[in-house]
Amino acid sequence: MAKILGGIGTSHVPAIGRAIARGEQQTPYWAPFFGGYPPAQRWLAKTRPDVAVVFYNDHGLNFFLDKMPTFAIGAAAEYRNADEGWGLSVAPPVAGDPELSWAIVEGVVARDFDPTTCQEMLIDHAVTVPLQLLWPDHAAPPVRIVPIAINTVQHPLPSARRCFALGQAVGAAIEAFPRDLDVVVIGTGGLSHQLDGERAGFLNAAFDRECLEKIVDEPEALTRYTNDELVELAGTQGIELLMWLAMRGALRKPVRTHQHYHAPVSNTGGALLVMDETPGAAALAA
Amino acid sequence: MSRTIPGTTLFDGEQAAKGYALNKLCFSLNDAANRAAFAADEPAYCERFGLNPAQKAAVAARDVLALIAAGGNIYYLAKMAGVWGLNVQDVGAQQTGMSVEAFKAKLQEQAA
Repeated sequence: MAKILGGIGTSHVPAIGRAIARGEQQTPYWAPFFGGYPPAQRWLAKTRPDVAVVFYNDHGLNFFLDKMPTFAIGAAAEYRNADEGWGLSVAPPVAGDPELSWAIVEGVVARDFDPTTCQEMLIDHAVTVPLQLLWPDHAAPPVRIVPIAINTVQHPLPSARRCFALGQAVGAAIEAFPRDLDVVVIGTGGLSHQLDGERAGFLNAAFDRECLEKIVDEPEALTRYTNDELVELAGTQGIELLMWLAMRGALRKPVRTHQHYHAPVSNTGGALLVMDETPGAAALAA
Repeated sequence: MSRTIPGTTLFDGEQAAKGYALNKLCFSLNDAANRAAFAADEPAYCERFGLNPAQKAAVAARDVLALIAAGGNIYYLAKMAGVWGLNVQDVGAQQTGMSVEAFKAKLQEQAA
């Protein structure tokens, strides 16, 4: 049977990808951000997941306003990255796991979700940057992926409560999957930032820390926020917290293993959280 | 109905309908050849995508607030800003009427 090893939340800012491409991880600006990642990398090296299920939001690479799915699940054998128009180098393709993808599709539809399924799906920096952060020594990550896109471009967006419930449905589908697979669930984005309008540059470190604190043991406290409230508290793009809540929904009773926060990263509250669900994690933490 | 958040335009159906042509132009800029064509003759490229006068004027002025008012979405507009050599701090500074240095300082202050 498949099992979920744990969950990771991480920022995915394009500037991180540029810094990696230029080898700037040790510069004064970037070192405080990248310095947070080695414990997450070690946790992955130790637990060695086979598959990463990645909740992310597309920024106008795969989806345009002509067709904008609220939830879209990748069901491809391979996912390609492509030119996003703002100077990021194109990342190598990443292998998929179509069998698990379809099991997740079956599972979430059985729980009354209505996802779009994608046998071709370009993954943007919201997938590729986290993979580079978490497996920095690999040109392509040593995992297969199932990308799940959540619309954060065009309102109305799905609610925090709904995204959390989607994560629960995805988690149940993974755990019901009959093949022996170790799975890590990743949510990418955020935390607080706003790129647009006279309010551009808004950042809320106190709210980011509240999110990091509550998402482990009391995620319901966060799912009670409306999206308007989240935009007010976290900024128009800080709404990417929805990805973290979907990821957390796939976990049961995780243990906080590692947390890192550094702001600003570009215009953003940069955050990393590792939650472990492997047997014994709770005992170790106790 | 959304609550009003100062300095914030939620990109909803109304904005998406209004800004469709503008955002479609920006989406085309994922392609390097299209970026070159846009850079070579911005008015002609805007004409090709059927931008309305307000959108054309906002592009000509490189005015991000006006682009948003004309229905632009920041994720797509960022691709256009990239052609102009503007990063997200430049765009933030322009929208807030600050120098880029002052905008960066504001980001730092809030992070504390």
